[in-house]
Amino acid sequence: MSNSRLWARLAGARASCLRAAPRAACAALLPLLLSGCDWALFAPKGDIGVQTKNLILIASGLMLLVVIPVILLTLYFGWRYRETNTRARYEPKWSHSTSIEVVVWTIPCIIVAILGVLIWKTTHELDPYKPLESEVAPLRIEVVALDWKWLFIYPDYGIATINQLPVPVGTPLEFKLTAQSMMNSFFIPQLGTQIYAMAGMQTRLHLIADEPGVFPGLSAAYSGPGFSDMHFLTHATSRAEFDAWVKQAQSAPQKLDAAAYERLAQPSGRMEPAVFSQVQPALFDAIVNLYMHDHGTPRATAKQLALTQSLEQAIASELCSAN
Amino acid sequence: MSHLTLSDAAGAHEEHHDDGSKTTMGFWIYLMSDCLIFAVLFATFAVLGNSTAGGHTGAELFHLPFVLGETMLLLISSFTFGVAMLGMQAGRKQQVITWLGITFLVGAGFIVMELYEFSVLLAEGAGPSTSAYLSAYFTLVGTHGLHVSFGLIWILVLMHQVHRFGLDGIVTRRLSCLSMFWHFLDLVWICVFTFVYLREFV
Amino acid sequence: MFGKLTLEAVPYHEPIIMGTLGVVILLGLALVAAMTYYRKWGYIWTEWITTVDHKRIGAMYIILALIMLLRGFADAIMMRAQQAMAVGDAAGYLPPHHYDQIFTAHGVIMIFFVATPLILGLMNVVVPLQIGARDVAYPLVNSLGFWLSAVGAVLVMISMFVGDFAATGWVAYPPLSGLQYSPTVGVDYYIWSLQISGLGTTLSGINFIVTILRMRAPGMNLMKMPVFTWTALITNILIVAVFPVLTATLALLTMDRYFDMHFFTNELGGNAMMYINLIWIWGHPEVYILILPAFGAFSEIIATFSRKPLFGYKSMVYATSSIGILSFFVWLHHFFTMGSGANVNAFFGIMTSIISIPTGVKLFNWLFTMFRGRIRYHSATLWTIGFMVTFAIGGMTGVLLAVPGADFVLHNSLFLVAHFHNVIIGGVVFGCLAGLTFWFPKVYGFTLNEFWGKTSFWCWLIGFFLAFMPLYILGFKGMTRRMNHYPHADWQPYLIVALVGAVIIGLGILSLLIQIAVSIKDRKQNRDLTGDPWDARSLEWATASPVPSYNFAVTPEITSLEQHWDNKQSGRAYVRPAKYDPIHMPRNTAVGFAISMWGLLLCFALVWHMWAVAVGSLVAIVITFVVRSYDRDVDFYIPAAEVESIENARYERLQEAA
Repeated sequence: MSNSRLWARLAGARASCLRAAPRAACAALLPLLLSGCDWALFAPKGDIGVQTKNLILIASGLMLLVVIPVILLTLYFGWRYRETNTRARYEPKWSHSTSIEVVVWTIPCIIVAILGVLIWKTTHELDPYKPLESEVAPLRIEVVALDWKWLFIYPDYGIATINQLPVPVGTPLEFKLTAQSMMNSFFIPQLGTQIYAMAGMQTRLHLIADEPGVFPGLSAAYSGPGFSDMHFLTHATSRAEFDAWVKQAQSAPQKLDAAAYERLAQPSGRMEPAVFSQVQPALFDAIVNLYMHDHGTPRATAKQLALTQSLEQAIASELCSAN
Repeated sequence: MSHLTLSDAAGAHEEHHDDGSKTTMGFWIYLMSDCLIFAVLFATFAVLGNSTAGGHTGAELFHLPFVLGETMLLLISSFTFGVAMLGMQAGRKQQVITWLGITFLVGAGFIVMELYEFSVLLAEGAGPSTSAYLSAYFTLVGTHGLHVSFGLIWILVLMHQVHRFGLDGIVTRRLSCLSMFWHFLDLVWICVFTFVYLREFV
Repeated sequence: MFGKLTLEAVPYHEPIIMGTLGVVILLGLALVAAMTYYRKWGYIWTEWITTVDHKRIGAMYIILALIMLLRGFADAIMMRAQQAMAVGDAAGYLPPHHYDQIFTAHGVIMIFFVATPLILGLMNVVVPLQIGARDVAYPLVNSLGFWLSAVGAVLVMISMFVGDFAATGWVAYPPLSGLQYSPTVGVDYYIWSLQISGLGTTLSGINFIVTILRMRAPGMNLMKMPVFTWTALITNILIVAVFPVLTATLALLTMDRYFDMHFFTNELGGNAMMYINLIWIWGHPEVYILILPAFGAFSEIIATFSRKPLFGYKSMVYATSSIGILSFFVWLHHFFTMGSGANVNAFFGIMTSIISIPTGVKLFNWLFTMFRGRIRYHSATLWTIGFMVTFAIGGMTGVLLAVPGADFVLHNSLFLVAHFHNVIIGGVVFGCLAGLTFWFPKVYGFTLNEFWGKTSFWCWLIGFFLAFMPLYILGFKGMTRRMNHYPHADWQPYLIVALVGAVIIGLGILSLLIQIAVSIKDRKQNRDLTGDPWDARSLEWATASPVPSYNFAVTPEITSLEQHWDNKQSGRAYVRPAKYDPIHMPRNTAVGFAISMWGLLLCFALVWHMWAVAVGSLVAIVITFVVRSYDRDVDFYIPAAEVESIENARYERLQEAA
């Protein structure tokens, strides 16, 4: 067979391959894509999560524009220019081409420029500190990362929970977060953005659940031996169900006063979900202030300071007796 | 013919490899890495500058005249080292040893003053474990003091090596490195004086 | 005198550890017995332990790396096995305190005692040869640097049998790594092994910068240096610029732990976020330190095996330099979720994306080196092509993580774990194994067995994809890293597949060891007679294999970028010089080894608060150093006649090959 006819056959084969490729790729990827429907990050249940998922898909798509051709070209060049293929052109002295250089610098620059704009825009839109726009009044939740469980305080209702987070659907959630000791990261994958919870600091997060359901949450920053036990469930329910739960919680037998908190602050393994009523007012601020006042920025009121001091004493005495 | 020139050039090139410039270049690069360590300590000091945890601040603790005295000692030691280096360049062995000795005494005076300062702070209950600010202070100033102390040991060793080997290529190379080291420490101290001590009083 | 050290420090009740200790003791005894039987003690001392020859030191770095690879991989398999079983109520076989030490040790060992020695080893072997130099600028410091690194590795190994290791993750964030929450000696072992090996690495950095800038053969200006040497130069500049930050940061943690200071504690004003910033100011350039030499190796290999010059040399130099510079401006992407404002996050996200431009350019340049070449399929070629495909994926996931909005849900997930293994295995490991295959004959004089080399490659490639692609998916499913048990049963199948992948990687490692053993056995059949087994392009291939101690009998004159290739094309290669001169060489010395041994004692003593021993060791180090400074007999000349006879033997082998 002559060179040109072989070449034509190869070209034709490649062409039909290329036509078939998208179909083949879809067929291969379909099961993967379908199963992706229940991957937490691709099945978000709240607006922040939805924005994040779209961002991931767009950014990935932008990069695949370069990555897929690069991979295909690598395999193709590797096959075509193998030394046994003496028909391929061999240019042993060719190692420079301004036009190719211009192209290989420019294409990534353009993609990164688009990505840069996308990054600027979405980083501001998805800023965890940015309140969500909604006509519904937000629900405030104060989060304390303990060793090794999550304490959720609902300051507007005077109740608190351990390792469970009931929330009403469609209501913006305003979180303030801190930690008793170790750095942790508060994360509900199906709702979106995570944020660190650190001792002596206060971070903020805004999320929303747009569909009812039960969404697993965890700590995404390793914090010691009990770290793997820091998982909790977010129960997103209707407003009515949420209010009913709040009422029930407000008559829970356990109270969260300074002494109860100081017991919680002791290291422990997996704690079953629990509910507290009559949460000590300004407890969260006092916990933040346990360490914040050492930074030379005293912000506490006298009352907060007093509570902080009693907390400090209680915890110090427990630790001493533990040692 | 070309082969001969090749090896001649190579031979001459080899001698070039053995001069002191490689040593001093490498030492300079080391000094820059040391500078980065101090940069981290300064940055940490800046971040923790207000974290006095309700305890002593620098303004309460530092005695500026005393620190000025320390600074003068260190500056004088740089000058005396310079005189030693002049002696080295002129080939005067005795001058080098004498002025290195004076540098040692002045530098040791600096260390004594610093140790005294630290002991007073400890006695006042303002030790490094009382607040982040004081941790940063003691570590920054202490690291500088440790460097000076190693420099003092080095001065003693080189004084003896000048005496034993004279001012040959190896000894002069080492003196150049120590010179860089000593002046560098002086420079770091100027930054310490400004950003740690003076900062409290402006 | 023994500080905190008691017999209780040995974990007698841990069967896995005691079993390992037993194996280590047996292997050690076997080694000692073999060395005694074959009377090799003298040889080992004079030719290896006291050597200042960069080629030997490079070989020792690589041997150290391969040994530590076994330990690091054992940790990996243990983690994969634990995660494959510990679903729901099952607790697996590793209690948290052990699992946590294992993942910490895995990270520390792989980065500091496998990847770093691999690149330092390759740079040691290759750079002086590529620039036409006789050795590095400071041969004694070179030896010291290696032994300090080895001591760091020894400390980590000792921690397994005496005491425990850090259980904090490989970057040891406070407050967890502070004394209050990590009261055992584990974090102290971590600190001192990193400090001592970090010192070694910094010394190497200084050494190579001066070597490359001051010891190039005449005529080799910077733009005539081989690409690997360029990547080595940028790498070493990065090393000297950032390792001091690691030194200082760990020192501050040490102050907290040893002197009750408050840099990073919660109380009394400490700021844990400061540690995180500092450690990543070091940590991000560190990963570029690891990858750039691998990029350099790939550049040399693809050009050689495509029988074409590297495409876009100038571009490659600029791209490498930009990567080096940009690597300082991206560190915050390791903690987008720590609560910095949107402006700060966006800035660092954009800077991180920008790094993908020069990296992409390099990928294209390798592609166009293959284009219209004649590609020989050696295992080194397979590693390179496998790298290009794998790294493209890893780089892409990296840029995805660079988008703060995406990172908010992917930070610390298994997606992140998959990304960095993707680029480190696909980039650094593949590159170093390719480099090992490529440059092995230069050091030892025979080539490695190709069958086992190719087997190793395919096992690594397939094993890598099986082990890490499921982790990308798990990241999307919401699984975070470092969990030693988990409640979601639908995560388990992916972790089982990952375990299978890890086992296949294990087969790849086994193939590598078999390759080395078989190659040594068959070395006479695979002798490299010419010193240029691949018909390669750069200057190191003009020397004999193995290279004589002085590298070049006559320092070459450089007039072109690919001097050796051009010499071969124009018939000017292997020209016998008219006369030889005596060659100035540094003497072997035990000083580097001795200082490091005192350093080992010093660090061990510091870990266990054995203050008298620590002070004594420090004094011993200073005395050793000072005594050495009085030593005037530190070099010698190889007589011209000896040089001539070595070179004549070489020319005879060349005739034999022709």
